[in-house]
Amino acid sequence: MLQIDLWKRVLIILTCAVGLWLALPNAFYGPVEQHNDAVKAIDVAGSTPELEAQRALWPNWMPSQLVNLGLDLRGGAHLLAEVKVADVYASRMEATWPEVRDSLRSITPVRRVEAPEGELRVRIGDAAQMAPALEAARTLARPVQTITGAGQNDIVVNGSGDIITITLSDAEKQATDERTMQQSLEIIRRRIDEVGTREPTIQRQGSDRILIQVPGIGSAAELKAIIGTTAQLTFNPVVNRGADENAAPGLGNSLLPDAESPGTFYVIETAPVVTGEELVDAQPSFDQNGRPAVSFRFDTTGARKFGTYTAENIGAPFAIVLDNKVISAPTIQSAIPGGSGIITGNFTVEESTNLAVLLRAGALPAGLTFVEERTIGPELGQDSIDAGKVATSVAFIAVLFFMWASYGLFGFFANIALIINVGMIFGLLSLIGATLTLPGIAGIVLTVGMAVDANVLIFERIREELKTAKGPARAISLGYERALSAILDANITTFIIAIILFVLGSGPVRGFAVTLGLGIVTSVFTAYFVTRLMVVFWFERRRPKTITV
Amino acid sequence: MRLRLIPDDTNIDFFKHAKLTFGASMVAVLLALVVWFTMGLNYGIDFRGGTTLRTQSDAPVDVAAYRTALAPLQLGDISISEVYDPASNSKKHVAMVRIQAQEGEEAATPEMISQVEGALKTVAPNIVFTSVESVGPKVSGELIQTAFLAVAASLGAILIYIWLRFEWQFSLGAVAALFHDVILTIGIFSVLQIRFDLPVIAAILTIIGYSINDTVVIFDRLRENLRKYKKRDLREIMNLSVNETLSRTLMTSGTTLLALLALLFLGGDVIRGFVFAITWGVIVGTYSSVYVAKNIVLFLGVKRDWSKKDNNTGQYANIDA
Repeated sequence: MLQIDLWKRVLIILTCAVGLWLALPNAFYGPVEQHNDAVKAIDVAGSTPELEAQRALWPNWMPSQLVNLGLDLRGGAHLLAEVKVADVYASRMEATWPEVRDSLRSITPVRRVEAPEGELRVRIGDAAQMAPALEAARTLARPVQTITGAGQNDIVVNGSGDIITITLSDAEKQATDERTMQQSLEIIRRRIDEVGTREPTIQRQGSDRILIQVPGIGSAAELKAIIGTTAQLTFNPVVNRGADENAAPGLGNSLLPDAESPGTFYVIETAPVVTGEELVDAQPSFDQNGRPAVSFRFDTTGARKFGTYTAENIGAPFAIVLDNKVISAPTIQSAIPGGSGIITGNFTVEESTNLAVLLRAGALPAGLTFVEERTIGPELGQDSIDAGKVATSVAFIAVLFFMWASYGLFGFFANIALIINVGMIFGLLSLIGATLTLPGIAGIVLTVGMAVDANVLIFERIREELKTAKGPARAISLGYERALSAILDANITTFIIAIILFVLGSGPVRGFAVTLGLGIVTSVFTAYFVTRLMVVFWFERRRPKTITV
Repeated sequence: MRLRLIPDDTNIDFFKHAKLTFGASMVAVLLALVVWFTMGLNYGIDFRGGTTLRTQSDAPVDVAAYRTALAPLQLGDISISEVYDPASNSKKHVAMVRIQAQEGEEAATPEMISQVEGALKTVAPNIVFTSVESVGPKVSGELIQTAFLAVAASLGAILIYIWLRFEWQFSLGAVAALFHDVILTIGIFSVLQIRFDLPVIAAILTIIGYSINDTVVIFDRLRENLRKYKKRDLREIMNLSVNETLSRTLMTSGTTLLALLALLFLGGDVIRGFVFAITWGVIVGTYSSVYVAKNIVLFLGVKRDWSKKDNNTGQYANIDA
């Protein structure tokens, strides 16, 4: 019959209350956001009266989690970058060459020959010595340290004629890719944190892509300037300087262009004296002539190497190389033992600040290609929010009126359930930290339209049962019972779609899937349990002999 | 006085012209396919790569002048369209500029974008660029693949779910109805040449969700009635089921359409394509629940021997909530 146990009643009311409680901060979006920012700022930098005042805008004991607004609503930049993981293979091979040379030297004379990128080819002087040479080269291989690659070595050594070819094994490539991706993610995260924007999203996508979303930034180009540069800094000895871009640098040397004056080229030794990895700090500063520069400090090993090198090479030039361009090539005036120095170049203040950020955050292990980029201006986002608000209100009022006009008191119950439903969607979205996008708003509006479906099913069923059943209580309880299988089947199928959308979708589409999925869960709960509770309360007080639905 | 969309007891013979309505649906699907393959779809950059800039200016949009300004940049195919928005006033003239994917570039370079912006500023000095989006050809290829995969996966999942919960004839009917909805939606996008991008795929999946909802409710009633009236003719029972649920069908479609129409007219142009697709889908989906899904079940027939099971109305009927 028409009864609900006390504990169920309490549970239903509590669930609604918690949902609405969690949704509450969203009704005061501005103040709560300031409160949250202030709390974070106090955490990092300590308290100031100003921050305290901002924190006081929202009481501490209240929930303060908000629904994140997606880029399409708040404005900002979205980038999808592909990491050129193969870059790393080449530098790995570069590092293997001295080892190979040293281990083969005792067997036969060796010479490095031209090879495709990521491959090392060595010609041995005496082809008859191939077998022992191969064996010696193979002793350089190390086992791969991953679970999937267990039992495999990191390099594959093959010989044919008088050429030995060395490549990375597939297992090692996989392990290297993994490391490259982890490092790239970490470094991009550090660089963006250095600039200090609110809630950036930095996510790995698939095997070699990284998704970066930064709300509030002016344009994708600005974002690219921060993360697009590899920022590989090295200090190399200079062999000579010239204007010929086709000059043969000789083995072990490289020919690099000057960053400022086109047509100037430097031949430098490829093996660096010190690299950017040995930096502990970099700050924008000014040189003695007042031009923008970047001052830096090496760690202990870097400082020692740099000190020794400068002491031995007074009077010789050395090159400061950033991403294969020579920024400057000063002459060593004296030994620099302290491990700190200054990079001058033709910088603007902005460039020196950016360079300092990049050097602090570290170099990317591989280059990036940007395969997708989107910039959404904040005013467009605001327009969308405004339009969304108007549309949602109109839709809401229309549906409420329609339900009330069609089902009277029962429609009124359904309407209260609908309002609780939307509240709970916002509460859950805040709880899981989901992002609300424009299609997400559409998802909520659609839920408003579809949420009443369960109630319509129930009410229509009650009407039918009233014609045959004995008394209103029986009709109501049968109506709820018999409508349940249709409600469940209908909502489970829609939920399946929401899951597929979530798994395969990205960005705004995924936001839509989240609101759609949550909306299904909350609408079944409110339309079934909450309206039922209200009907039971009403029925117990009034005990009507007849009802009209 | 209660609002009633239809009288309480309807007795409409929905299957009087079963062959005709089903035939009409088939023809509509075929036409949609023909249009799709001949006229094609107006793919957005999500699916074919390229760059779009959304411009906003206080001067009216002069498409020809914009085009002339951009011509010297030699960027290949450029399409410029004014965006009409009832919410916009004399201060806001919005246009979309679409530039094809450039040879050898994955995404637009900052130089190209600033060139385009500079060129447009010469004709409309107060122009601002409220959004700039660029998708590389590689990504767009993958996006279109994923989109088709999503639609196929949804249809597959529903086929299995309905099969488990009902009978294979129901499952086939339901999926045929969904297929019908999807094709007709793609068809209308092709006929009207509305921009077809990623959110439209989300809309199509939503349509699938909505339409299956509708179909399942009527199936559920049909299953119940099949058990209740073992001796009656299938067509009679189907008519009874559709009539019994008709009031609900119209109520739900009505409320959903109310909400959607509000979004369509007031929700802004950014999601208009998306909302249009769903609105269209709700209408087509409501139709197909009766005239495609049920027709197929009617043609195929169903197993009527439910004697092995008890006479309950469904497996959830005895849940005490």
